[in-house]
Amino acid sequence: MSNHHRGVEALERMMLIRAYEETLVDLHGRGRAAGTCTSVGQEAAAVGVVSALGPDDQILTNHRSAGHLLARGADPRRMLAEVTGKADGYCKGMSGSLHIAAKELGVILTSTIVGGELALATGVGLSRSMLGGDGIVTCFFGDGAACEGRFQESLNLAAVWNLPVLYVCENNQWQAFVHRKETTLADGVTAQAAALGVAAATVDGNDVEAVHAAAATAVETVRRTRRPYLLEARTYRLRGHFEPDDQSYVDPAELAHWRDRDPILLQRARLERDGLLSADEVLRMEGAVRRTMDEAVAFAEASPYPGFDQITAAVYA
Amino acid sequence: MTSMTVNDAISAALAEEMRRDPTVLMFGEGTATKRRDLLDEFGPARVRNTPLAEGILAGTAAGAAATGLRPVVDLLFAPFLCYAMDEIVNSAGKLRAISGGQFSFPMVVMAMTGAGWGVGAQHNHNLEAWFVHAPGLKVVMPSNAADFKGLLKAAIRDDNPVLFFTDIALGYAEGEVPDGELVVPLGKAAVRREGADVTLVSYAKTVNHCLDAAGRLAEQGIEAEVVDLRTLKPLDEDTILASVRKTGRLVVVHEASRLCGVGAEIAALVSEKAFRSLRAPVLRLTGPDAPAPASYPLEQAFVPQAGAIAEAAAGLVRGA
Repeated sequence: MSNHHRGVEALERMMLIRAYEETLVDLHGRGRAAGTCTSVGQEAAAVGVVSALGPDDQILTNHRSAGHLLARGADPRRMLAEVTGKADGYCKGMSGSLHIAAKELGVILTSTIVGGELALATGVGLSRSMLGGDGIVTCFFGDGAACEGRFQESLNLAAVWNLPVLYVCENNQWQAFVHRKETTLADGVTAQAAALGVAAATVDGNDVEAVHAAAATAVETVRRTRRPYLLEARTYRLRGHFEPDDQSYVDPAELAHWRDRDPILLQRARLERDGLLSADEVLRMEGAVRRTMDEAVAFAEASPYPGFDQITAAVYA
Repeated sequence: MTSMTVNDAISAALAEEMRRDPTVLMFGEGTATKRRDLLDEFGPARVRNTPLAEGILAGTAAGAAATGLRPVVDLLFAPFLCYAMDEIVNSAGKLRAISGGQFSFPMVVMAMTGAGWGVGAQHNHNLEAWFVHAPGLKVVMPSNAADFKGLLKAAIRDDNPVLFFTDIALGYAEGEVPDGELVVPLGKAAVRREGADVTLVSYAKTVNHCLDAAGRLAEQGIEAEVVDLRTLKPLDEDTILASVRKTGRLVVVHEASRLCGVGAEIAALVSEKAFRSLRAPVLRLTGPDAPAPASYPLEQAFVPQAGAIAEAAAGLVRGA
């Protein structure tokens, strides 16, 4: 029963992430929010991994972070307030869409320098290793970041120092405006982990239940061995790098293929096929998600802008 | 007082702070190999060797600092910091402010630089001003053994990322270090010699060149005041301005190059806030806009020396 529950919960959480991103795209289109890097198409990777983490585990993410935050239980009202530059945002308007961190949720040190999160994750892992407890660190990055030297440096140090870091590569096939086939001959990123003595696995990143199962294994392994682990989730970025982006550079056949593998459609079809989801339940979830986002927009719009003193308020401790 | 070298003062500061605070740890390329005394006392978890990978080392320090540790990371030579700029500038320097103050980064990045060992431009580059320009960072560059000890202890206790530069030529310089607890606050300059005729402002080893110059100037009847900045950021504006308001003349001396250097900031500061006190133009004596040479005579010529400082200061006084 809990499995069934989890499958429906996962679907609803993915729907919320999708609705959040589409709300942002809409707000941007109407000139009410800055552009953003959406995670549309990658919801299963975020929900599948984050749902396998414990409450004391920490997450480092990147510029495509909304899925990780919402999967962790972030308040969409405070996220939208942040993206629209308001005082009630998680970072008091200083982050915008790109660098949202929510320390209270364990979503920390978001870096939008591609690969930046990989360099910080080892330090968080070092704290976990030296200060006790069984918490682990999860670091989300993309296949683009895996082209940075920091990827190798981070995995290597985590391996040599026995750091409890779960590296999650969301391989979404795109590195900004360049397809990964242009930038690397490697089919995936796990071969590098093997060379460095780091355990690794690859999973269908659009199947939320497969991701959850693979992540549960990975999390358990890191927690028990206190050693790093690399999980590569093969997925696809269904929207452009940054809004707005007409995706004119994307092969239509490839895009169509992955649209058919939309993680939300896949999970919904599975649940319906298994008799775990009724049409009424879908309507209920769609309504709940819409209400949540309507409230978030209203909250963000009502939130005041920060005072100008916020510019310098937190530069130094 | 105990006489010790700068290197010993640094070691003493590290040991005292690691003894005082179990969250202090140190790592770097060869740290555990070279700092055997620290390794023996504090163990391999807190004194670590690392791969040759400055970027991940600085990032690891930042990540650890934000989550409960107080790392000291030794990146050896200042030009190596170029490999770690993202982690120092974009992460440690910015993530506090852009997270709305959710994190702090109590970490120290140590690096050596400066003329004296003939190591050439890829191991000797006084790039401290780069970090002064980056928000969220503090920058320390001491001139003597007591300050090395006291400022390093303060840097380790500070809740911000601190760049701690060691002038290579000072490593074996002996100095008197007060016994007992010695913490020198960041952001406070020291007047090393008082004088009424001209102010010489400097930091690191060229403070000693200024003191030498002041001795020569005294023989000519010119009383130079020597201000040792100690900390480049935060900059002790009050001490600089008080001195210039007294003397009316200023020579800023540093080994780093002139364009957009610390001297430019001090000259601008004085022109903004003490213009009416000036009796002569502000002069800067600096290293040239050139990679540091390896050849010893060239390396020495690269650095402002006492003779040139005395000559420049005397010119200011006589010309006024």
